[in-house]
Order: sequence, then structure tokens, then C-alpha cells
Amino acid sequence: MSENVLAEIKNLRTYFHLAEGVVRAVDGVDLVIKSGRTLGVVGESGCGKSITALSLMQLVPPPGRIEEGEITYYRNVRATPSSNVADAINISKLKPNSRQMRSIRGNQISMVFQEPMAAMLPVRTVGSQIIEAITLHQNVSQEEARTRAIDMLARVRLPNPDRIIDNYPFQLSGGMRQRAVIAMALSCNPNLLIADEPTTALDVTTEARILDLMRDLQQEYDMAIMFITHNLGVIAEMADEVAVMYMGKVVEQTDVQSIFFDAKHPYTQALLKSIPQLDDVMSRTGERKRLQTIKGMVPDPYTVLPGCPFHPRCPEYIPDTCNRVVPEVIEVEPGHIVRCHLYASDIPVAQASEDMTL
Amino acid sequence: MTDRIDTYSETQVKTESQDQQPLLEIGSLKKWFPIQRGLLRREVGNVKAVDDVSFYVNEGETLGLVGESGCGKTTTGRCILKAIPPTSGDIWFEDPEMGRVNVTELQHQELVQVRRNMRMIFQDPYASLNPRMSLLDIVGAPLKAMGIARGKDLEERVAHMLELVGLRPEYMRRYPHAFSGGQRQRIGLARALAPHPKFLVCDEPVSALDVSVQAQILNLLQELQEEMGLTYLFVAHDMSVVAHISDRVAVMYVGKMVETAATQELFQAPRHPYTEALMSAIPRPDPTPREKRILLTGEVANPANPPTGCYFHPRCNYVKDICKHEEPVYEEITPKHYVKCHRAAELSLTGMTSLA
Repeated sequence: MSENVLAEIKNLRTYFHLAEGVVRAVDGVDLVIKSGRTLGVVGESGCGKSITALSLMQLVPPPGRIEEGEITYYRNVRATPSSNVADAINISKLKPNSRQMRSIRGNQISMVFQEPMAAMLPVRTVGSQIIEAITLHQNVSQEEARTRAIDMLARVRLPNPDRIIDNYPFQLSGGMRQRAVIAMALSCNPNLLIADEPTTALDVTTEARILDLMRDLQQEYDMAIMFITHNLGVIAEMADEVAVMYMGKVVEQTDVQSIFFDAKHPYTQALLKSIPQLDDVMSRTGERKRLQTIKGMVPDPYTVLPGCPFHPRCPEYIPDTCNRVVPEVIEVEPGHIVRCHLYASDIPVAQASEDMTL
Repeated sequence: MTDRIDTYSETQVKTESQDQQPLLEIGSLKKWFPIQRGLLRREVGNVKAVDDVSFYVNEGETLGLVGESGCGKTTTGRCILKAIPPTSGDIWFEDPEMGRVNVTELQHQELVQVRRNMRMIFQDPYASLNPRMSLLDIVGAPLKAMGIARGKDLEERVAHMLELVGLRPEYMRRYPHAFSGGQRQRIGLARALAPHPKFLVCDEPVSALDVSVQAQILNLLQELQEEMGLTYLFVAHDMSVVAHISDRVAVMYVGKMVETAATQELFQAPRHPYTEALMSAIPRPDPTPREKRILLTGEVANPANPPTGCYFHPRCNYVKDICKHEEPVYEEITPKHYVKCHRAAELSLTGMTSLA
């Protein structure tokens, strides 16, 4: 498996300018996506995980806009691993409808959405939609594209692909539809597949099969996956690396083992404790346990909190520091980064003047 | 060995001493939706959403009801309150005022009466609250409709309910749009609890919520259960949530009940192959590699045109000839453990093993 960097997001800021104020959906995100690996992105709703992905595809819906930052995509990493610098493209500078962006989107970077019904046009057959994606990006004839589409449907383990290709989306069940959407996303052999909650709308048994399929296809195609979900169970099964997001920022990022067994950020720790664990249920005797909760709730998106965005809910809150100084990225161990004052070598103290005390 | 026998007899004595009349007893509940075709809207068949389901819920306990989408768990919950009239079957409810009543036979006025004591909370906190009603109207609506309170008294009761679910009573005049998903779910809960019911059908109450909010609502449900002596039927598809909150769990597949047992027993030693597959599919928050899971092939059976014999047989890994022709009986295989499978007695299935 290659360790080459396929895409790099640096200090990405995507804001929505609304009449009510500015929503800082993505507020300084740094991420690295390696070829052939799966990056899991977790966080609660509104933390900016989906907007980060949409920024990467230049699909941010207006009035949203990429304000700042760089998204570097190394186009030919898989072809020529040694000379990847030459073909670096800064996606954040491309126009959403530019020729170059369109040649990347759906071709080299493609996406699977949460709701499989919404991702397909209900009035056209499954086949015609996959064929469209193929003929748009690749110089092949209609017949050849059809053969390839049938082949793709077979690869996502759909039964009778030559019949399903002429079916309409409503004729398929939820799980089959999601397979068809994955087939469409993979039809051009992408370098990067962005999966935004691909199994959230599915039942557990169907979910298990789709996750299995995605793992198999990743090995087959050696592609990178950016897997966005709020389900920590799914993250544990799929991800190699995990980024935890809170209010538009990545608060912790490391390999999957460290996230579950050695989480550093208080938010990650609290998140892990707040999910019902089957192990606890199995070992419980008599009295039922309560879950640990995170106090308060995610502030409304217009708020800009001074200091660390998690400080009002944080159990480890350090007065005069967390509510004033924005925490820097700290590398606690090689490859394990966290944005929290607790791990700073010397805790920064704000130049507290009398009138600033709350 | 002797130890084990001792504890066994002890638990048996305990359950026997607790053997009161259950609060809710469902007998052969059926809900069939007719399929109509053509100009004359002739009936050409039925979608058997709930087909011959029987179970009971004891006072003060939580019964979890799980299954994949379309298995009839929500329909079951709705039939219990007669929110949709069942096709046939009995719903015996121990009403504190009216005594033991069969909900299916109740007429309008009595139904209003019984719904003081059996209430419901819904999945979608955005769709289940009228945006044009203030919290006072929403939470006060059942109290007004049932003639329990009005005027100043109503306001006081609403304020008390809001406090109970962790909302500030000052918010009484506000409208639902001002609240987040978790807070709205609290409003829905306050509305359900306003007439001080005995029994609550919780239809996927935390599915639409984020994990940290989900934990808050689950804790609140447990606290209120202890404080008010509530009994829950907890309908959900998330197995870890159900395991956490339920005393007993019932599993449904295509309109039929396939297995019911105490939570730990069901998770550790399932007796139905479908339950086994369901357990195995749960994504667990632990990155340690584990044994290959059981993947089900094929799709869920169509309730309008179910397979012969056991509905699960086309997807079952342990299928035998008898499964294809004869429908198994739903029977008590060990005390309080009900299974609907021909091979329940001979199979040894894998349950959840503790990872620790």
C-alpha cells in the first residue's frame, strides 16, 4: 500500500454569508489524504465535515464560499509515484465550473452521498446515469460505456447487472440503490472516493454488506477514501486515520487505534464515553448504567467563541486560558495531533487585564 | 456447577414472585394494509405489515423492539394506541382508572380516556411539533383536550412538565423553531408525559439526534422512568441503544416476532439465526480486528408476497427442508425466551462476546 499524499488541505476556511451573520462552517481545517488509505472524519451535525468534503469537490452551495486556504490535489500520484510535485493542482483556486475542475470531479475524485434516492435522477434508468458519467469523462463509444456500466454493477455485487442497468432507481431497494450509486462513483476509476455518510440511511445488515464491499473495492482499485460519518462504530471498522471535527475545526487527528485507545482531546474522550457500549451491557449486573454526557450543546453556528470552541462544554476547562487563547496544533506523538491547551509544553496565559475578567 | 444451579433457581423464584399481570398484553395482533388495483379498486392482496404478533410488557420495564426498516415495528407501536386501527387481535391494557381493557374494542370517548395513560413520542423532532404552536399550546394540548386542566392551572402544569424534561419554564411562549433537535425531543416528551401516563411508546426517539444529545435524552428517559414509574415500548433500529435501555428485547422480521428474551440473554445467546446475523452486523466502536461477521445475502422479504414456510429461510445460513414448507411456531424455549425457529433447540449460535 502506498503512503503517497494524494490531497492536502491547508488552513481551509469555507464561510456562508447569510443575512443573520457569517457561518464559519469550515474554519481552518488541515487534512492529509494518502493514496490507498481511508481517512475517517467524525463529528456531530454542523461540525463542518460535509462542507469540507464539498469544498474538496468545489461543490459548496452558495452563499457558501471558500475564503482562504489551499486544497492541493496531486493528480498523478498513482501513475508516477516519484514525481508527484509536478502535477499538483490547487483545487481551491479553480472555478467550480471550469473545464479542469469538471475533468476532476466525478472522474478522479468522486462522491457517494447519504441518501441514495436523492443521488439518482428518478426519471432516468440506473444505466443511463452511469453511462453518462463514463462517456463524459472517457473517450469511449456508447456501447463500450454500456458494457463497462454492466461490469461496474457486477463489481458492486448486484445480481443480474444486465437487467438492473435498465431499471429505474425506484425499482431497487435502499441497499441496492446505494450499490448502484457506488458503481456510478467508481465507474471512472477515481483516485479518491468521498463517502458522506454512505450507510446512515441503511439497516445494519445492509450497512455491514456495503462497508464490506467498500473495503474490497478499495483494495481492488487502490483508491483513497474520505469517509465521513457520525457513527464511531463505522469509523472503527473503516478508517486507517481519523480526524475529529468540532465547530469547523479538526480538534484531533491520528491513527484509528490511538483515537479509540489513547484519545487526547477532551471532546474526543467525551464523545467516546457518550455512546452506549455493548460491552457495558453484557457485563452489567442489576442496575442499569447512565451514559456520560457532554454538558450543554453545540452552540448555534453564528457564534464565534473566543479561545477554544469547546471550552464552554469542556470538563478540563482551564479558566483564563481556554476561553481566551485559541489553541495551536500540538503534535503529542508522531502523527498524533491535537488542538488543546492541556498538551502545550507551557500553558499560555492570556495577558489578563482587570477589565477582561468575565 | 452447584453454584450455577443455585443461582438459576434463585432467579426463577424471583421471576415467579414478580409474576403479576403484565401492564400490556398483545395477542395475535394483525395489521394488514389492502392492496387495491383497477377502476373498482378491487382488493388484490394485503401487505401484512404486522402478522400475528404476541408479546407482553410488564409494569416498570422497558421492552426494546428491533428489526430492519419495513419489519412492522412502528406499525405495531401505532396499533397499540389505536392510532391506526388493527385488522385483528387483542391489546389488553391495565388502565389505572378503567381496569383491564381491550384497546381494540374501545370507542371514541373511552379511547380518549385510555390515551391519558398510554402515549407516544416520535422519531422526527422537526415533523412532530406544529411550528405555529407555542410550547404552552403544544404541551398543554393533551391536558386541554382531555379536560384535565385549563387557565392558570394549565400554565402551571406546563411549566412543571418543561422543568421535568430539563427545559426552562420561561420558554413557554416560544415556538419550536427556536429550539435544537434535542430540545425539541424534550418538548415532545413533555407533551407525552403531561397527563401523567403509565405507558409510553417511544418510536425511534433518538435516531435523529447526535451522539452527545442522544446520550442526554436516553439518560432523561431512564430518570423519568424511575421517577414516574413509567413503562416503555422502545422501538429502534440501533442495537446498541436498544441494548442499553431495555430490560427485554423483541426482534421482528417481516411482520412477525422471531425472538424475545432478556437483553443480556438475547445478545449473548441468541436462538434465532436472524438475531445472530443482526448482532454480528452491529458496527462496534473498537478498531481491534475481529472475527469475520455473518453477512446476510439477498433482500428482506416482501410483506405483500412473503416466502413460504419460515419467512427468513431464503437468507438463512442454517436452512433445512422443513423451513421451506412449514411455518415455525413462536414458542417459549427456555423460561421467558421465545423463539420462532424450527431448529432453535439444536442450533448453537454465536452471540456478542465481550471484547474486554
